[in-house]
Amino acid sequence: MREFDLGEGGVRPLNAFLHQAESAGQAVAARHPGGRHNVAAGAMYDSAVDIHGHVGYYCAGMNQDAAITIHGNAGPGLAENMMSGSVRVKGNASQYCGATAHGGLLVIEGNAAARCGISMKGVDIVVGGSIGHMSAFMAQSGALVVCGDAGDSLGDSIYEARLYVHGKVSSLGADCIEKELRDEHLAELAGLLEQAGLSHDPASFRRYGSARQLYNFKIDNVGAY
Amino acid sequence: MCGIVGLYFKNPALESRLGGMLADMLVQMTDRGPDSAGVAVYHDPVADSRVKITLQGPDDVDWEAVRAELDDALDGDWSLTPLANHAVLVADVADQTGAMSLAARVDDLLPSIRLTSIGSAIEIYKEKGLPAKVIDKFRLRELTGTHALGHTRMATESAVTTEHSHPFSTGRDLCLVHNGSLSNHNRLREDLRREGIRFQTDNDSEVAAGYLTWRLGQGASLKEALEAAIRDLDGFYTFAIGTRDGFAVLRDPIACKPAVLAETDDWVAMSSEYRAIAQLPGSENARIWEPEPATIYSWEKH
Repeated sequence: MREFDLGEGGVRPLNAFLHQAESAGQAVAARHPGGRHNVAAGAMYDSAVDIHGHVGYYCAGMNQDAAITIHGNAGPGLAENMMSGSVRVKGNASQYCGATAHGGLLVIEGNAAARCGISMKGVDIVVGGSIGHMSAFMAQSGALVVCGDAGDSLGDSIYEARLYVHGKVSSLGADCIEKELRDEHLAELAGLLEQAGLSHDPASFRRYGSARQLYNFKIDNVGAY
Repeated sequence: MCGIVGLYFKNPALESRLGGMLADMLVQMTDRGPDSAGVAVYHDPVADSRVKITLQGPDDVDWEAVRAELDDALDGDWSLTPLANHAVLVADVADQTGAMSLAARVDDLLPSIRLTSIGSAIEIYKEKGLPAKVIDKFRLRELTGTHALGHTRMATESAVTTEHSHPFSTGRDLCLVHNGSLSNHNRLREDLRREGIRFQTDNDSEVAAGYLTWRLGQGASLKEALEAAIRDLDGFYTFAIGTRDGFAVLRDPIACKPAVLAETDDWVAMSSEYRAIAQLPGSENARIWEPEPATIYSWEKH
């Protein structure tokens, strides 16, 4: 077990360690994060990192292979551009968590604020609570599972991501529609809920996705330009 | 970008520590606003028959000369307490109208001095420079009081000067700090000027403060004034608003400017980021949440 006291030494010794091959397979504990920015950003190996406290902006950004757990809340930009591995927040996450993330699993046990999964590109996101407005805006691939409610304009201008919501959706964004929950979706949902450690019945969710009406330029609209 | 902080005590035993706790929060917001810093502190409310005014002079201000000028102009009992280039004037007045006319008289009498707050409890200290420098200059750590707001500024909409720094007060015991940028402030400023609201700068945030003063002057409650602000202000904002008896927090409907609220049995705190709140005693066990867009949060002593 490697320990880092962020209150004493700041964020850089921890991050430098996570960028090195010697962090592979290591258990790491980070204490006293005190809302600092960029905690455990850019991890490149399969370390297991526990952060004890609340973090600020851009925690676990660009994560690759590491399993990062935040025992607290996360500020804006959590797991932005994550490539692989997993990030779990025991509390709430602020706006644009999982933005542009390409892969891996992001679990928010509490609520996520506005713009959750904006422009997601393959990441799977599971939120135990509710999400804010403009979530999954321009989402391109991956899955977003919401066990609570979704705010306004869910999935606006969505490409191909799959959105599963258990509770209410305030409104759907442009070109986002409800879609049939088929067997392959139930299987995917069951798998994600299990990975997240949540016990909801997959059949109690509704699926939303792209109507694919914004994909191509329509000649009928030429007069608008 | 800017940093804002607010601190309101539920437990009066903490009042002697207001300045120290606020200063610790403000220093954490230095990265968000290294241009200038300021605080509004509510303490030692004067009697109903008196008014408290914060004066701000140039760096070489001669407070003895100011005292002499005031001596010729003011009747009744009054006092002037200088602190660097700021000073707090407390004077007798007949009523609220008397307070405003006295302020107008002082404003006319002292052209090199600006009045940055008027009320019974509010005092404002603000200046260009790093938060740590401003805290030292005005000995902010020694301040006591019931509640306070602070701001660290990274200017985007207007010049970096002491005049343009926050907090802005345009009404009695009212002040506002702002993180964001308003896009309809020029039009709104002209409209408010026609309604009799005075502005000292071309700053967008001062317009928001003036707007609330105008609504409150029309008889609106703080909540009603803020509800109207959601309709009439266009742009990005997280506001913290101080009143004589409390404070309020409001974010615009898009909510791209950050805000964190925290509450314990002893205090309520708001900040742009959690790291400012982490400085407070008991923060590790506080209830912490992100304020919802277009939702008014307020705390008030009854």
